[in-house]
Amino acid sequence: MFNPLSLIRKLGHATVDRIWRLGFATRFLFAILKYSATSFRRLPLTLREIYFSGVLSLLIIVVSGLFVGMVLGLQGYETLQRYGSTEALGILVALSLTRELGPVVAGLLFASRAGSSVTAEIGLMKSTEQLKAMDMMAVDPIARVVAPRFWGGVISMPLLAALFSAMGVMGGWLVGVVFIGVDEGAFWAQMQAGVDFRYDIVNGVIKSFVFGVAVSLIAVFEGYDSAPTAEGVSRAITRTVVTSALAILALDFVLTSFMFRGTS
Amino acid sequence: MNRTVLDLWVGIFVAIGIAAVMFLALKVGNLSSAHLSNTYVLQAKFDNIGGLKVRGPVKSAGVVVGRISDITFDPATYEAVVTMNVDGRYQFPKDTFAAIYTAGLLGEQFIGFEVGGEEKMLKSGDVIKKTQSAVVLEKLISQFLFNKAADGQDTK
Repeated sequence: MFNPLSLIRKLGHATVDRIWRLGFATRFLFAILKYSATSFRRLPLTLREIYFSGVLSLLIIVVSGLFVGMVLGLQGYETLQRYGSTEALGILVALSLTRELGPVVAGLLFASRAGSSVTAEIGLMKSTEQLKAMDMMAVDPIARVVAPRFWGGVISMPLLAALFSAMGVMGGWLVGVVFIGVDEGAFWAQMQAGVDFRYDIVNGVIKSFVFGVAVSLIAVFEGYDSAPTAEGVSRAITRTVVTSALAILALDFVLTSFMFRGTS
Repeated sequence: MNRTVLDLWVGIFVAIGIAAVMFLALKVGNLSSAHLSNTYVLQAKFDNIGGLKVRGPVKSAGVVVGRISDITFDPATYEAVVTMNVDGRYQFPKDTFAAIYTAGLLGEQFIGFEVGGEEKMLKSGDVIKKTQSAVVLEKLISQFLFNKAADGQDTK
């Protein structure tokens, strides 16, 4: 039998649940920040996490950056040559990478490559009751496990995004100048004239830092909050990737509308 | 994993990341070339600035000598007031002529300084008196058409 009350109750339950999770995530962030001093005092813990989320992501970032830049070079040339302004290829490639594609695509790759593995690790630690065991030994799991992984991600992400942009520019140069034959001097000169350090590059780095905080927080939170079963961990990993991707794209829109409001 | 090997890899990673930022700053951006040291402020009033933008270049003899820092509208004289930061290494005479030019046919617009012959130099906060507004294509075309029409009537 159809019961309108139960429908409304379900809606209310879902809303309260969402808000509760949001509040829990915020308190979780404060807890991480509170115990952050430990992860910098015991630097090897954080270094190990930079190795796992940063160094091991190098290959995918370098290869995808190169290919994204090469595709930009090809497509940009294809459109620009209709208007006879192929010299603008350099500025097109550089601005799209430093402003948008570098931080966003590197963030998406970082979420699926490093964020998911962090969630899996913490989720498995929880399901095998390692976190509880630590608590029993008076070792705070947030200070020992969560905070180093969070800071490892936050430190790695801007470096990876910068590397992605740099490799993309090299890819654009490879296709535009070496393969197609755009004038090399015009390629670099137009790029240097059109890309401003503070306006374009620093804003891109700020973006990638914000994405790093968002992805790392989502990854450690989903792992810590996962149901301690095999199914719960796999669901948490899926949620990490999906929520990170949505958060990156939404934050990117907000940041872009603040940073580049048609002043140039 | 061995501690020293791990440290080495993290070191390499951070070095590559910093190298990428340096590459973006020096090779892609214009940090090295457009760095203006101890600038001074000049102002110029124009009847029409066309498509001039803040952060646009100020050039003299084709060399970038400054950047446009602000564009405002003066309600008393109905003129556009353009404020520029000019590189402190370069001094310009009092009777310097400021004109708005366009780079190429459809390129960005910039302010060009035509240097005069006065002995005294412009100081910080000075206003450039002699200016030439941006060329508005529609005005130019209509002027040309009117002249043509007038010529046609004369020869009849």
